[in-house]
Amino acid sequence: MKHPGARRWFLVAAVLSLGLGWAQDRLDPYFVDILTRIGINVILAVSLNLINGHTGQFSLGHAGFMGVGAYTAAALTLFAGPKLLPAGAGFWVEQLWFLVALGAAGLVAALAGLLVGAPSLRLKGDYLAIVTLGFGQIIAVIFRNIESLGGALGLNGIPARTNLFWSFAAAALTVYVVTALVNSTYGRGFLATHDDEVAAEAMGMNTTRYKIVAFVTGAFFAGIAGGLSGHFTLTINPKGFDFNKSIEIVVMVIVGGMGRTVGVIIAAVLLTLLPEGLRMLSSASPSLKWIGETRPLLYAILLIALMMLRPQGLFTWKRKKGAVTA
Amino acid sequence: MSLPTAVHRRVFLGVAVAALLAVGCKPSGGGAGTGTEIPVGEFASLTGSEAAFGRSSHNGTVLAIEQLNAAGGVLGKQFKLITEDNQSKDGESATAVKKLISRDQVVAVLGEVASGRSLEAAPICQQYKVPQISPSSTNPKVTEMGDYIFRVCFVDPFQGTVMAKFAANTLKAKKVAVLTDVGAPYSVGLGTFFKERFVADGGTVVAEQKFTKDDKDFKAQLTAIKSAAPDAIFVPAYYGQVTLIVMQARELGITVPLFGGDGWEAPELLQGPGAAAALEGCYFSTHFSPDQDSPRAKEFVKAYEAKFGAKPDAMAALGYDSALLLSDAIKRAGSAEPEKIRPVLAATKDFDGVTGKMTLNAQRNAEKSAVIIGIKGGKFVYTETVNP
Repeated sequence: MKHPGARRWFLVAAVLSLGLGWAQDRLDPYFVDILTRIGINVILAVSLNLINGHTGQFSLGHAGFMGVGAYTAAALTLFAGPKLLPAGAGFWVEQLWFLVALGAAGLVAALAGLLVGAPSLRLKGDYLAIVTLGFGQIIAVIFRNIESLGGALGLNGIPARTNLFWSFAAAALTVYVVTALVNSTYGRGFLATHDDEVAAEAMGMNTTRYKIVAFVTGAFFAGIAGGLSGHFTLTINPKGFDFNKSIEIVVMVIVGGMGRTVGVIIAAVLLTLLPEGLRMLSSASPSLKWIGETRPLLYAILLIALMMLRPQGLFTWKRKKGAVTA
Repeated sequence: MSLPTAVHRRVFLGVAVAALLAVGCKPSGGGAGTGTEIPVGEFASLTGSEAAFGRSSHNGTVLAIEQLNAAGGVLGKQFKLITEDNQSKDGESATAVKKLISRDQVVAVLGEVASGRSLEAAPICQQYKVPQISPSSTNPKVTEMGDYIFRVCFVDPFQGTVMAKFAANTLKAKKVAVLTDVGAPYSVGLGTFFKERFVADGGTVVAEQKFTKDDKDFKAQLTAIKSAAPDAIFVPAYYGQVTLIVMQARELGITVPLFGGDGWEAPELLQGPGAAAALEGCYFSTHFSPDQDSPRAKEFVKAYEAKFGAKPDAMAALGYDSALLLSDAIKRAGSAEPEKIRPVLAATKDFDGVTGKMTLNAQRNAEKSAVIIGIKGGKFVYTETVNP
């Protein structure tokens, strides 16, 4: 049996997302909510995995790029949209404009990634973690102080554009691009940088360039995830893109297994479902009510147990011969 | 086909199928309030950074529901309160509220303290046409999200008006200085509304000074204020800096009273050496005081202390009122259907809550009295109630 390529998976996922987008109105809104967030978290985790997993850098600022994307996309649909689009524009025009907004969100986030990455990725070691940590803080402070972007209260009344189609299609695109990139000839450069930076440089590779490409690509998809998330929660504020959000994404990557795309996808799905599962469990019967109250604690204990028992991540099958990533 | 791929694919498909199965179909509607119980949803920050506020508000709501049920409920049915925690995290409230509406079929949603998270839930409540009553989000934006969104607290502009009246009538001030934190929308808004009303009522603002969040030294601003010789100084800021401002004012020999809004209300205001003495004779406005002289408030304070062993604060009183208002609206509507509750809620007039008599205006904000608390002998002392 032939190994199904990334492209085939992408097509399957795209068709599936179209179907789900169509079926959205017939489904329970609570589940639509969870599924949409799964899509967004998959984008965030897989794109961070390109930086932290495949290329072996350590970014703590992924939520910052998400924030840049969220504000860019929201500004385009909220402020620019009504001015540029003809009044009473139909459904398709709105959807098309949302696509433009998402693209712009990705590009602006990628530009931010380039600005942060180009100087700091020349360094080796843990410096990137500190620089990206600082970047995340700076982004939050900037948004908090721009009055036209709502200051500390953020932007409200963002039109509801994100649905299951956008969320899943963007997730499929992210997985496809990252997998295809890492599996390509060029992509071996990321892995070489990860495995042994000194040796890779000795072979004449420009590891800085590979690191920047990985970083900028990751930032691009984080920006798209931000755009989707803003048009999904309909309100964004600087606090939603702080250090805690970055850590959430890092946890998904570590739980899934650094550099294992399938593992990271499953981790993103499970870690989105877990808090909601605990919520459902606690409302199932009065004797289980304590679960709801200790939810954050249970979550933390599960993470600690996981890291002690499976420090390499949950899903680390052997790589198939010939395929670089699982 | 090698083994690992088979495993991957099976897991992948398994997860996908499980997710799809879990989706299920839309639960059939029409269940809202038709059983023997009336399901009421609440989302609150029970854990995380703002848990102190969230817990207070939640306790108030729980107490109200218990008392209502003990008194026989409403329309012959008992209330069933379903509470979801959002961990004080952004992005969780929307999910929690969707769960309350679609799974638990609640007839109304109570929440939240923080304006930011009330704003997250508001578009969803509006979309599914389920009334939302926020107990204590004071930002005007919250109820602007749609006609299904209400609140039982007053809004920031109202506080400015209340303090203007208080300055003119009780402090007998003719000349007032205003010192605002330009970095906080709350402070700027409150300062502006105060000035407008105070000037309209015939007073003069003799000095206007500004500072920002991280300032620790206010002597320059205070010296300028001192030279203008005001009768009182309005400081709409948060408690952390208020203490410093008042202490430095006293050091400079300013003896006139300083006063502010509900941002002052925290035990930390009086902590630190010399803070209580410096703040003696200062005032601030808030939603509720456990010492206020009204039979309803006294009853509430007694019941709350019996159940939770602590004095209720403003958040608890507002949480209590939000549940009472809902029950009152259901009774008046004669129905627990969300779409029938809404117009009745909007028409609320002179509802008698523990935080005072309230009337919901056209913007669905409560018009009600505010409480002025004075600082006397190192304690918060109830001073008076100011009506709108």
